[in-house]
Amino acid sequence: MNVPERTLKTKGAPSLGELEAAGMLPGLEDLKARACLCIECVEEIPCNPCETSCPRGAIRVGSPITNLPALDRDKCTACGLCIPACPGIAITIKRVEGEKATIRFPWEYLPRPEAGDEVRMVDRLGRVVCPGRVTGVNEAARNDRTAVVTAEFASEHVLSVVSMQRGPR
Amino acid sequence: MADKPVVVVGAGPAGLCAAIELKKAGAPVVLLDENDKPGGQLFKQIHKFFGSREHKAGTRGFDIGTGLLDESLRLGIDVRLKTEVVGVDPGLRVWAVEDRGRSYLLEASRLVIATGATENALSFPGWTLPGVMTAGCAQTLVNVYRVLPGKRVLIIGSGNVGVIVGYQLMQAGAEVVGVVEAAPTLGGYGVHTAKLARAGVPFHVRTTVARAEGGESLERATIVGLDDSFKPLPGTERTLEVDTICLAVGLTPSVELPSLAGCATTYVPELGGRMPLHDEYMRSSVEEVYVVGDTAGVEEASTAMEEGRLAGIHAAWSLGYLDDAAMEAGAAETRRRLDALRQGVFGKKRFDAKSRVLEESHNR
Ligand SMILES: Cc1cc2nc3c(=O)[nH]c(=O)nc-3n(C[C@H](O)[C@H](O)[C@H](O)COP(=O)(O)OP(=O)(O)OC[C@H]3O[C@@H](n4cnc5c(N)ncnc54)[C@H](O)[C@@H]3O)c2cc1C
Ligand code: SF4
Ligand code: SF4
Repeated sequence: MNVPERTLKTKGAPSLGELEAAGMLPGLEDLKARACLCIECVEEIPCNPCETSCPRGAIRVGSPITNLPALDRDKCTACGLCIPACPGIAITIKRVEGEKATIRFPWEYLPRPEAGDEVRMVDRLGRVVCPGRVTGVNEAARNDRTAVVTAEFASEHVLSVVSMQRGPR
Repeated sequence: MADKPVVVVGAGPAGLCAAIELKKAGAPVVLLDENDKPGGQLFKQIHKFFGSREHKAGTRGFDIGTGLLDESLRLGIDVRLKTEVVGVDPGLRVWAVEDRGRSYLLEASRLVIATGATENALSFPGWTLPGVMTAGCAQTLVNVYRVLPGKRVLIIGSGNVGVIVGYQLMQAGAEVVGVVEAAPTLGGYGVHTAKLARAGVPFHVRTTVARAEGGESLERATIVGLDDSFKPLPGTERTLEVDTICLAVGLTPSVELPSLAGCATTYVPELGGRMPLHDEYMRSSVEEVYVVGDTAGVEEASTAMEEGRLAGIHAAWSLGYLDDAAMEAGAAETRRRLDALRQGVFGKKRFDAKSRVLEESHNR
């Protein structure tokens, strides 16, 4: 087996291989079965809002607080509460239904997207992967100004898409 | 019991927490800060913080600052703003200048120095052009004064400060055309660099800025690759059109006041360079003087708050406002939280460095 290309500390974002090696990403089969939480946080940093924001106790950081977050998929209901709580903007929820994939991701740029917007989905290095469409924007007060955007795109890109391209302000 | 107050200089997270602990224990305390608003660095931080719930993680920096400020007001702490401390003498007399007009002396029973750190500069041809600034300066402009310093920004330095400020400049509507880093690997937390990466910002490792050019102000920057001994590699120059360069090349503890107070210093590269020595209660080599937060080694707001608490608890005890058991229990609790914050790949370096500082302080 070849060693995954490591890009986190040179290009700024982890490669798919780096994330898979950390064992954090759901597989395609999981994504087809249900909505899956994707935590892309592979460095030991002193941080745990993902753990404390989860009402189901599905994410564990524990002690010391520099432990990597560990997800118990059986406990996670994909409610999405941890998405805006994560200061690393590192949590999304993805799902595959046939040809269509959906992603819920955190968004902190202006202008705020609106349901119906045609957008460009991007990968971890900001490369445009495919077109997408915004289907919902959650700006609940408890999100503390981090919007949670839901978008749809072609399911073949589900592993690489993490967000959408930022538009001009 | 003392009638003279404990004087805390600097109302950032460290100073605020020290003052809060002192006041809670019943000690008279005066908190001085040169700004017209307390909170220190926190008021520039619009991002959600790391740390644990105990450190209000997930809360935006300025909201943490407001919380600490409300608590200090509720406790009735004597907070004197627009008051710069320009001198301290070994007799613990603090020379304060209020509103740049009136100056007075305050006699302190104990002194807690929480004056933070200063940003490092980097000189290169063209570095004096308008448009070249430190990252903290750019952050103050966008987040405090709501002025965008420029439209196309080059960031020098990939530590957390550089990448966080880059993200905030994008939030304010600027483009970040790149982040250059002289080292072979990026410095900041991966989750922070990933925010820029997914916005399409290119990172250039083993690279530095060669020169900045422009007429009245910055128009172009030339970056250049570096070899293993950090020498420019011929033929790797690239010119980028930028109107802003943000220097995020580290912070140095502000040691002016500790030096005036006679505190011994040491050199610790991992904590920002020259810094005052301190013991496990944050006491400097001068028994009545405590040093906390970035002044006592550049770390984070979460560690700054804990160090402030630790000093506050110990100073209150030393003046008889807390009994031995209460002091030891409080100190052990804050130290447990500090240790927890200093773990992992990033924290371990600081933990080891802090351990060396304590050891050196004991061996004196
Ligand atoms: C861009 C950026 C992002 C950051 N993000 C995070 C983060 O996500 N999480 C985290 O934990 N930390 C973060 N930090 C670090 C954190 O802000 C600092 O570590 C923390 O503010 C240090 O606290 P302090 O109280 O020691 O100093 P400061 O906050 O710097 O406060 C010092 C205060 O003292 C005042 N002062 C100085 N000299 C004098 C004088 N002579 N007389 C009177 N007043 C004086 C200053 O004006 C200031 O108000 C970040 C820092 C930066 C720059
Ligand atoms: S999606 Fe909801 S249940 Fe799942 S980990 Fe996040 S907060 Fe917990
Ligand atoms: S809250 Fe986000 S950045 Fe912090 S540990 Fe959890 S996943 Fe990582």
